[in-house]
Amino acid sequence: MTEVVFYIFAAIAVLSATLCILQRSPMASALWLISTMFSLAAIYVLLNAQFIAAIQVLVYAGAIMVLFLFVIMLLNLGHAESDFRGPSTVAATLVIVGLLAIELLALTRYTPRRLANELSQWPTFTDPATVFVAGQVTQQESASRGVVGALAAPLFQTYLIPFEITSVLLLAAIVGAVVLAKRNV
Amino acid sequence: MLLGPSLALSAILFSLGVAGVLLRRNAIVLFMCIELMLNAVNLSFVALAQLHGASGYVMVFFVMTVAAAEAAVGLAIIIGIFRHKQSVDLGNINLLRG
Repeated sequence: MTEVVFYIFAAIAVLSATLCILQRSPMASALWLISTMFSLAAIYVLLNAQFIAAIQVLVYAGAIMVLFLFVIMLLNLGHAESDFRGPSTVAATLVIVGLLAIELLALTRYTPRRLANELSQWPTFTDPATVFVAGQVTQQESASRGVVGALAAPLFQTYLIPFEITSVLLLAAIVGAVVLAKRNV
Repeated sequence: MLLGPSLALSAILFSLGVAGVLLRRNAIVLFMCIELMLNAVNLSFVALAQLHGASGYVMVFFVMTVAAAEAAVGLAIIIGIFRHKQSVDLGNINLLRG
């Protein structure tokens, strides 16, 4: 059952992403991208990451894409002419992207479990089952303390310094956006 | 578990994002394709977090923060370019061409 739902949402995501890059109007592109993000949120739920799914809808589909839609409407780009590159670039793109897709799909066959099995052949390595203890610990934490609790502990303990540095990044982004939008560049 | 299919979907979405960046000349569509690539990477982080623990989820948080900051600054730059050139077509932005 879970797999069927996963493949339905995966198909919606791939179809929406394809339409997003092929639509002539930026507004239609943005709406198809929002559809992709919603199906990714559904897939996150299937992967037992409910909180990430909520954040995906709130931050990506809610905040970031609304910003994009505002800019598209502000610049009045709703009915733009075709902006696709020439046929030679399209051919080169197909070759490059085809090679990239083959390479990435080949990499996905190289799952961590297989990597652990191969590493376990090394003399200094222990049982491959011990490699994935962290994932089981997280699942137990989710069961006992809730999904948010299992995520909050590493965020505010192990990754506290990166989390604080993130606030500096956001401050720099706010100041930069205000300066860029205000001044006549 | 769905690890393999998730990683495959992530690979396909990333490739589609790269295709969009290479195919389009509209700066805003280009930015949206970059967001698509970031989403694909997030999907692989979430899929691998099932094995490697909550670090993957924390990484998704940071990626989303960087994406939000990047979208804000990037769109401000695009508005600046539009004021200057009356267009967001990257073919018109060739000041660095020799």
